[in-house]
Amino acid sequence: MSSSNETITKTLTVVISLCLVCAVIVSSAAVMLKPAQKINKAADMQRNILLAAGLLSEGENAAAKFKEVVDVKLLDLNTGKFATDRKAADFDYRAAPRDKEISIALDAKDDIVKIKRRSNIAPVYLAKDNGKLSSVILPVYGAGLWGPMYGFIAIDPDATTVKGIKFYEHKETPGLGAEIENPKWVASWVGKKLFNDKGEIAITVQKGGVTANDPQKMYKVDGLSGATLTSNGVQFIFTFWLGEQGFGPFLQSVRNGELTHG
Amino acid sequence: MADTKEVKKVLFGPVFANNPIALQVLGVCSALAVTSKMDKALVMCIALTAVCAFSNLFISIIRNHIPSSVRIIVQMTIIASLVIVVDSILKAYAYTLAKELSVFVGLIITNCIVMGRAEAYAMKSPPMMSFLDGIGNGLGYSVVLMTVAFIRELFGSGTVFGIEVLKLASEGGWYQPMGLLLMPPSAFFIIGLFIWVLRAYRPEQVEAKD
Repeated sequence: MSSSNETITKTLTVVISLCLVCAVIVSSAAVMLKPAQKINKAADMQRNILLAAGLLSEGENAAAKFKEVVDVKLLDLNTGKFATDRKAADFDYRAAPRDKEISIALDAKDDIVKIKRRSNIAPVYLAKDNGKLSSVILPVYGAGLWGPMYGFIAIDPDATTVKGIKFYEHKETPGLGAEIENPKWVASWVGKKLFNDKGEIAITVQKGGVTANDPQKMYKVDGLSGATLTSNGVQFIFTFWLGEQGFGPFLQSVRNGELTHG
Repeated sequence: MADTKEVKKVLFGPVFANNPIALQVLGVCSALAVTSKMDKALVMCIALTAVCAFSNLFISIIRNHIPSSVRIIVQMTIIASLVIVVDSILKAYAYTLAKELSVFVGLIITNCIVMGRAEAYAMKSPPMMSFLDGIGNGLGYSVVLMTVAFIRELFGSGTVFGIEVLKLASEGGWYQPMGLLLMPPSAFFIIGLFIWVLRAYRPEQVEAKD
């Protein structure tokens, strides 16, 4: 190594040109691979939706199955009616709360899921099994212990019975809060009732576990031990998204037979 | 260009004779984290080998122009860029695995093997040899990782590359999996045993007593 390397000019030249070269390489890789990554992300989302509804069997191609059985619709959360003026394929649900025109700010007391703003439009996924509507899948999210938890709830067309749930993105503690992905716990949701006979939200994540002879046990799911705050987060997600600010009006109309009668 | 014997030494030396994990005990952190499943470990091995080989190559090409006062940061920049590229490639072509590996691909940046080889070898050797040295050390890392992953996956979940080998008791079989092997600390024990076996066969690797 010659001593000419140690001058300030040489050092700066080397460092700056290296940074430029690396920046060009990194950004061109990012730009070139973006389309493939986007396809993967979309396919992953479709897989999660199918998994929530329990419609994906092992080894099945998620994208093909999704195309075959799932119908994506956009919903106006304020009215509970489908919004027909937008295309579902172009709608970015994650970005929507940042757009002031199509979202509302939530009052602190209503905002139990700590999302601050809520989009007025939300996608819903209608899944068919053998040509008949088998589940309505709703995207939900809200704060967990360490960060937002994103998931899907699949509900029977009676708009009350849970077909399945799937949390696909979260930052919960592995072994404790991350047990929201545990297949056993996920399976314990299947068949639970979200609303009682009067149409009130009844689903409860029960701290300490549900006793076998609890008369209300069709409304109750075991809390995750060692993960009270995550369990609370899940409870709030259900309470919020099934309520008036969430999919409540839509589910009410589904219960009245909106989807099954035309 | 160096002769074949030298090439062989550089390429295969790190596999057993001078294994970066077993002898130098470098890069153990990722060996603990990604070895519970073999497919995950394999992707990690390929990623690390690629990063190690190319970082060595590029650093060696510009080695005569790197001012020694900023050499570490120059090495870091090259390694970090490569890691980002590898990470985006994985996200584009092996999405599910990339999701499971998550932060550990990014953490290749801090893997001591990559930095160690750049500083110890690539800074003073010609590009081709440095490239081979990177591949060799990647292979050395891979041998340990795959061995650990094989043991952990086989006895921890009864599968090899996700294919069922030992039928689990929970699914009506006879095998009661060892839960400990699914936890990261078990990799410590296995690496420890690996080093023990290796040094029993190659006593020259045993350090002199203080």
